[in-house]
Amino acid sequence: MKSPEAATAASPLLIALVGNPNCGKTALFNRLTGARQKVGNYAGVTVERKEGQFTSPAGRQWRVLDLPGAYSLLAATPDEAVTRDVITGHRAGESMPAGLVCVVDATNLRLNLRMVLEMQTLGLPMVLALNMMDQARQRGIVIDTARLQAELGIPVVESVAVKPGGEAALVAHLDQVEWQVGHGPRGEQALARIEQTSVEDTHRRVGEILARSVSMPDEGSRMTALVDHWALHPVVGPVILAGIMFLMFQAVFSWAAAPMDAIDAGVGWLGNTVSTAMPEGMLRSLLIEGVIGGAGGVLIFLPQILILFAFILALEDSGYLPRAALLLDRLMASVGLSGRAFIPLLSSFACAIPGIMATRTIANPRDRLATILIAPLMTCSARLPVYALLISAFVPEREVLGWFNLQGLVLFALYLAGIFSAMVVALVLKVVMRQGQAQTLLMELPDYHLPHLRNLLVGLWERGRIFVVRVGTVILSMTIVLWFLSNFPAPPPGAAGAPIEHSFAGMIGRAMEVVFSPIGFNWQICIALVPGMAAREVAVAALGTVYAMSETGDALDTALGHLIAQSWSLPTALSLMTWFVFAPQCLSTLFVVRRETNGWRWPLIMAGYLFALAYVASFVVYHVAMAFAG
Amino acid sequence: MRVDLHHPNIRVNRLTLDQLPPRQMAVIRHVHVPPGDDGRLRRRLLELGFVPGERVQVLRRVFFGRGPLTVRVGTSTFAMRKLESSLIEVEAH
Repeated sequence: MKSPEAATAASPLLIALVGNPNCGKTALFNRLTGARQKVGNYAGVTVERKEGQFTSPAGRQWRVLDLPGAYSLLAATPDEAVTRDVITGHRAGESMPAGLVCVVDATNLRLNLRMVLEMQTLGLPMVLALNMMDQARQRGIVIDTARLQAELGIPVVESVAVKPGGEAALVAHLDQVEWQVGHGPRGEQALARIEQTSVEDTHRRVGEILARSVSMPDEGSRMTALVDHWALHPVVGPVILAGIMFLMFQAVFSWAAAPMDAIDAGVGWLGNTVSTAMPEGMLRSLLIEGVIGGAGGVLIFLPQILILFAFILALEDSGYLPRAALLLDRLMASVGLSGRAFIPLLSSFACAIPGIMATRTIANPRDRLATILIAPLMTCSARLPVYALLISAFVPEREVLGWFNLQGLVLFALYLAGIFSAMVVALVLKVVMRQGQAQTLLMELPDYHLPHLRNLLVGLWERGRIFVVRVGTVILSMTIVLWFLSNFPAPPPGAAGAPIEHSFAGMIGRAMEVVFSPIGFNWQICIALVPGMAAREVAVAALGTVYAMSETGDALDTALGHLIAQSWSLPTALSLMTWFVFAPQCLSTLFVVRRETNGWRWPLIMAGYLFALAYVASFVVYHVAMAFAG
Repeated sequence: MRVDLHHPNIRVNRLTLDQLPPRQMAVIRHVHVPPGDDGRLRRRLLELGFVPGERVQVLRRVFFGRGPLTVRVGTSTFAMRKLESSLIEVEAH
């Protein structure tokens, strides 16, 4: 048997945090590991894998897995299946944890303890962490931890994951344990035994334990009941939800402006510095237009994405999101989606990539797929530069009804078009995929509490990192590829027109013109759509390149705006706007869908239907506009 | 005349959770298995605390009864659609 000292020197012991959803497991995980955590995927499934590390005051090193929340080891969702597999040692590529930290919500032991009893059949070393003890005390819940420990037969510690030092008791306990790796009994036998045990018996046993060790007032949290009275009120509830949504979008638009300008200026400065420091030539061009331009194209979205996610994380942490899902459930159900689809779709307004990844919370595979397929229709941040360019060039700055700005209204209409088309597509999918059997909602409504800053910051850091790495890699590499396509072959000396016309990109654009002239796109637009596949906003810079403009940044937008206002017809502009509502001009999205659906089938189907929709819609808009104009 | 309420020819109206008026205290009698299901939904409902003998109460219905309902069982609160709540047979108290 290894001594504790040897365990530290050799390799850190692996422990897993298990518990019901909403028990504060993740807050405890954040408290233990801080920023020393890595988020990834479990191989073969799209369930988030969170592992972190920490060193105890006594010098012991630990690896911690934050396993997905589960109500039972008999899994009902892919999430729960992963938890079951990891702690029974059946997850390929994962070592079995040496011990389990069972995290329970001290204010809801009646539900939380049941799974603890289930897990005891596994025979793994365990310690029970009574989390949210501060809330329990506040509610007048009295827990005799010594008695509870005796009744359960496992050590019990208190924890308050949201306060500094709240993990101290748990860590102190872990410092004394003599757990070793992997001599647990066979997982299948335990699972079989759990299956045969009646759930009612387990509940009964929980009741006995609670009767002997916990005294609890009858009523639930008064604060939660009070807030829910309004949050779920038939009239006030939706108003509150709409208000929160409005506030969020306002914040994204107005608060993000300054940081975005700063990033823009920073990237521009960097470009200028390189430009003056280096001799003119291919390498300089690659560096400036390819690398710096590409990286800048990614970073510029970070403020909007972080702000939107700060709101979403705060709403999630506070416990409000299930209420929002509940209010929207009927609407969602009518188009064949789950109320839970609300959060992924909301995230897609920042960027469809984290939105699509967030669909992991949807248990039903068909539901999940439908949500993934419509996520790109939510107007993402990258469309805004394109819309802004087209609107400022073609929509007059006029007041409508004395109060509304016409340009703002058009932008709002484009947003609505995205949402409306998503609902229609969802409805079509509902019929096509023949949902048949109706789906359940069955969602827990946890108590409200104030969102915690630490959780927010860790979450933001994580999402920001994922965005920059995942999206950044694709955009950067694509921008470089397209830089190449746009610069080679070089134009013959004395050739007329912009250099890009003579390059591969130009040739592709000209070829595309055949297909796209029926919807009013000229060859310049066609060329710009090629680099636009890297990311939507790249199309704006590409247009600048095509029209051989030397300006950058805001000057480019103004100059370009004037130019296209002169040379394009209104129907063409409207057609292009419509194109961008639907077209999947974003390779990163397709790559993420490939990952989340484990194959190329669905990303290709998605790209196919979106391009088809874009073409048809643009065609209709173009010809209708032509009929009016002509 | 004595009537055997359990005789199969006699249909007794079963009260299910989705029919319970809000705020009415009730006790769970039975959790049914929906037709064509393998019992998983029933097991999940039991696991979440909807066991016979447990007290249950509908808190509210969203959208004037046409949306999901929120339910308190034991010390937990859940949101459910009509589908799953119609499987839970209750007895008003």
